[in-house]
Amino acid sequence: MNEYLKQVITAMESRFNTSLEQFREESSLIVKPAFIVPLLTALRDEFQFDMLMDVTAVDYFPQETPRFHAIYQLYSMQHNLRIQVRALLDGNAPSIDTVESIYPSANWKEREVYDLFGILFVGHSDLRRIQMPEDWVGHPLRKDYPLGYEEVQFTFNFEDIMRNKPQAKD
Amino acid sequence: MTDIREVSVEELRHLVSERALTGETMLLNMGPQHPSTHGVLRLLIELDGEIVVNIIPDIGFLHTGIEKTIETKTYEKSEVMTDRQDYLNPLGNNLVYCLAVEKLAELDVPERAQAIRVILAELTRLNSHLLWLGTSGLDLAAMSVFLYTMREREFIQDIFELVSGQRMMTTYFRPGGLWRDVPEGFEKAVRNFLAIMPRRIKEYDDILRFNEIFVDRTKGIGVISAEDCLAYGLSGPVIRACGIPHDLRKKQPYSGYEQYDFDVAVEEGGDVYARYRVRLKEMTQSLRIIEQALNRLPKGPVRSNNRKYVPPPRAEIGVSMEALIHHFKLWTEGFKPPVGHVYATTESPRGELGCYMESDGSSKPYRVHMVTPSFVNLQALPLMGRGLYIADLVAIIGSIDIVLGDADR
Repeated sequence: MNEYLKQVITAMESRFNTSLEQFREESSLIVKPAFIVPLLTALRDEFQFDMLMDVTAVDYFPQETPRFHAIYQLYSMQHNLRIQVRALLDGNAPSIDTVESIYPSANWKEREVYDLFGILFVGHSDLRRIQMPEDWVGHPLRKDYPLGYEEVQFTFNFEDIMRNKPQAKD
Repeated sequence: MTDIREVSVEELRHLVSERALTGETMLLNMGPQHPSTHGVLRLLIELDGEIVVNIIPDIGFLHTGIEKTIETKTYEKSEVMTDRQDYLNPLGNNLVYCLAVEKLAELDVPERAQAIRVILAELTRLNSHLLWLGTSGLDLAAMSVFLYTMREREFIQDIFELVSGQRMMTTYFRPGGLWRDVPEGFEKAVRNFLAIMPRRIKEYDDILRFNEIFVDRTKGIGVISAEDCLAYGLSGPVIRACGIPHDLRKKQPYSGYEQYDFDVAVEEGGDVYARYRVRLKEMTQSLRIIEQALNRLPKGPVRSNNRKYVPPPRAEIGVSMEALIHHFKLWTEGFKPPVGHVYATTESPRGELGCYMESDGSSKPYRVHMVTPSFVNLQALPLMGRGLYIADLVAIIGSIDIVLGDADR
């Protein structure tokens, strides 16, 4: 692993009590959600991770608790390094502080995560749905969100399905 | 039918100025069917006369739930979906998806396949830039350049059709290599294209560089500073037009880009004209890369020999029981990469195109997230457009080269 990255990881471990996960030469720091703002501020100001490329989430329902991981992909232009930060969020009303004030690019990314996962970003300036319509119910990328599905019609159940099918004229 | 909910200004109150509520400034809706928004982009613009006070972009009209759909399909079937995101960069999307799968499964890709990938990825870049050049010229009343770029774009589409049978939705790169080797006429077709293209690029430049209207409407318009570029995570031609030589093909090479000799196109100024210059330079560099790749195109297989991930060739199935089992397993169940998550990146024509992929050890991806440049770059539109005339906004939208399929997914 890169020397500089090692230095960053040990510094973060001692200051924010992060744990490290490595897979295929990629490093992820796992952090408590309460530390996300000071951690990203430190990474930007002291370690030159000046770009936030992505904010996303993964839902581990039902096999794991805490249920959600919020994922931040950082990039350092100066050192040409990437690092991933993962915050573990509880499934019951998941919320995390917004990082919009540190990286303005988080604005839309967090809106997208809110829209598709229902994770609340506390302090966000404009938390509206971005991909789905404003009046949509539910958060589609959650694992317990029902998939739209149309049953295949055969001769024996043709009438049954026809009766319940939504028609264009209603 | 439920009632359609209407959005009131009250909801957007935090985004518009006080003057919008008193009626002193006007809120104007542009799009989603406006031709110059390059897709279905809706902009709510607050106007003070002709001057733009604020822009509120509204996206999501092309949201098709690709990430959700991918979770229900096997790795090989999901790849088809990636073509449909950024429909001007289909092979680039295939590439980043395949790179992510290959990283996840530690799959090797033969030299020949990598070289062909580079050639086709660069052709896709040219394809996208040509369409961009045509349409953004059209937006600024430079009618003729559109006809010329479309003519050259046809050559590239023909090459895609030659190799994959499809002009746009190719799905030609597969995890572990290519769908099949390129056909006989491939090299000749690409060489023909290389022979005519440098002259044509000069022609486009001559048409636009000396067009006074085009220059007037692009120079000093839509300026963004290098600091803002970093803060907003912008990438691609937009950041290179601000004097930052950031190109992932050079900085974090993939698919053997480190073997090719090319320059990163950089311009100063950060305005629409600088972005135009960057893209034009990039087209020339792409031709250089294609030529080098074509000259050193190695012989050999185009698919990995790892039978746990890549189906065996047809000829082997008839003579080997094991090959038959592999073939059957791969096409019924799919392959199962180890548990873990990876983030693969490429330089798409628009900027950094990333693919976050997570596997839970089954044959379907647990989560795939495409980090798309259009989405990121569009976010900075209000920053570039404030304080300018509404007509300049059209030039700026053209210059950041958004594809709404890419932004909405």
